[in-house]
Amino acid sequence: MKRGFTILAIVTGLLLAFGFYKALAPLDWPLGTPTEQTMGYVQRIFYYHVSSAWTALVLFAINFVSSIVFLVKRNEKADIVALAAAELGVVFCTVVLVTGPIWARPVWGIWWDPADIRLNSTLALCLIYISYLVLRRFSTSSKTPVIAAVWAIFGALDVPFVFFSIWFFRTQHPSPVIAQGGSLDPRMWITVLINWAAFLSLAWLVGWTRYRLEVAERKVDEAEALESLLEGSQ
Amino acid sequence: MSFLATTRATLEKDVRLEWRSKDAINGMLFFSLLVGVIFSYAFEPTAEESRQIAGGLVWVAVLFAAVVALNQTWARELRNQVLDAYRVSPAPGNPLFLAKAVGNFMFVSVLEALMTLLFIVFYKLRPLGPGWQLLPIALLGTWALVVNGTFFAAVSLRTRSREIMLPVLLFPLSIPALIGMVKGTTAILTGADSARFYIALLVAYDVVFTTACLLLFDTVLEAE
Repeated sequence: MKRGFTILAIVTGLLLAFGFYKALAPLDWPLGTPTEQTMGYVQRIFYYHVSSAWTALVLFAINFVSSIVFLVKRNEKADIVALAAAELGVVFCTVVLVTGPIWARPVWGIWWDPADIRLNSTLALCLIYISYLVLRRFSTSSKTPVIAAVWAIFGALDVPFVFFSIWFFRTQHPSPVIAQGGSLDPRMWITVLINWAAFLSLAWLVGWTRYRLEVAERKVDEAEALESLLEGSQ
Repeated sequence: MSFLATTRATLEKDVRLEWRSKDAINGMLFFSLLVGVIFSYAFEPTAEESRQIAGGLVWVAVLFAAVVALNQTWARELRNQVLDAYRVSPAPGNPLFLAKAVGNFMFVSVLEALMTLLFIVFYKLRPLGPGWQLLPIALLGTWALVVNGTFFAAVSLRTRSREIMLPVLLFPLSIPALIGMVKGTTAILTGADSARFYIALLVAYDVVFTTACLLLFDTVLEAE
């Protein structure tokens, strides 16, 4: 297990470094990526923005699935996976919400468009999972995992409604590249995929660490509770 | 006792309690009155501007006020361990949940009827679109707020700072319902476009979340 962790850490480091180089290197550098014609250099934030968005979506999906698994099987591991996935998902979603305005300011002339579909749905998604984390933190019941899993299911049910409710809002956000792959230069595609792989790998690495930390914390809590119980009975 | 009998018994008890104390209604009404008054100080709209903003204002006032009442629903049952007694009784959780949700729906609807009059006077409102469509929007929207609100008030029972926990859970979840209510109301008031889409959205939202609440309420009740 330790060896697997080290290998994953090395792979993540290499992927992140390579992805970073490819995202920034102009075309005349070795393995560089072409610069977008109208937006220029600022477009390169796209490689971080989109990779983070996809990673966040994967993590929220993991949170949803493991919450259901937990409710059905009451398996503690599934609960810890759900917790780690939600925490990391919020981090990556925040990266999306920060890199977006940084790009939008020079390109659109505004930081934030309050009536845009894609901006608002991402923000609502982020808020739902922040609520999930707040609930876990504030809960005093020993059944926190159960109510957190219930909330995760409600949150996931809410996502399609968020999207439909703003159906008639306008959008000036560039259309999702995944739906119209043809419009993106293949060299840009490779760069965004490498960055996505790097982010997924990073999420896996951090998630793994978080998982082990949570397992250890719960063991410590249990041991402390047992100790105080034994002391009390003496 | 059958499902319906349990529901009716709980509902009757809650309505009688409310009728005698009028805690929820008075609290909500004064609260939303204050919100309305503060809004009317903050803006001085023309008739056309009123139509644009009134939908948002009235629903925000109702949302805030509903949280006041929703927070009390379950807290009342904690005194004298009523909820624990209910949990060990053979009755399932769903009739209890449904009775609470219907009770809250009635209280919030009464509030809305009074608030609507107030807002018409304060903001000189006259809908330019089909006014009767405000009724389905109000009923469906209120149910959307109340069903999730009742559910998450039960979830937040065993959390620190319970009063703040309910809005933290309810508001993000209600974003689509609120957008439907506000945009639908504005569409009717301004007469600019049809509110049908938002009514359909609210119907779907109500069906999905009522089902989810009923399926998961026993899990939550046991988890307390």
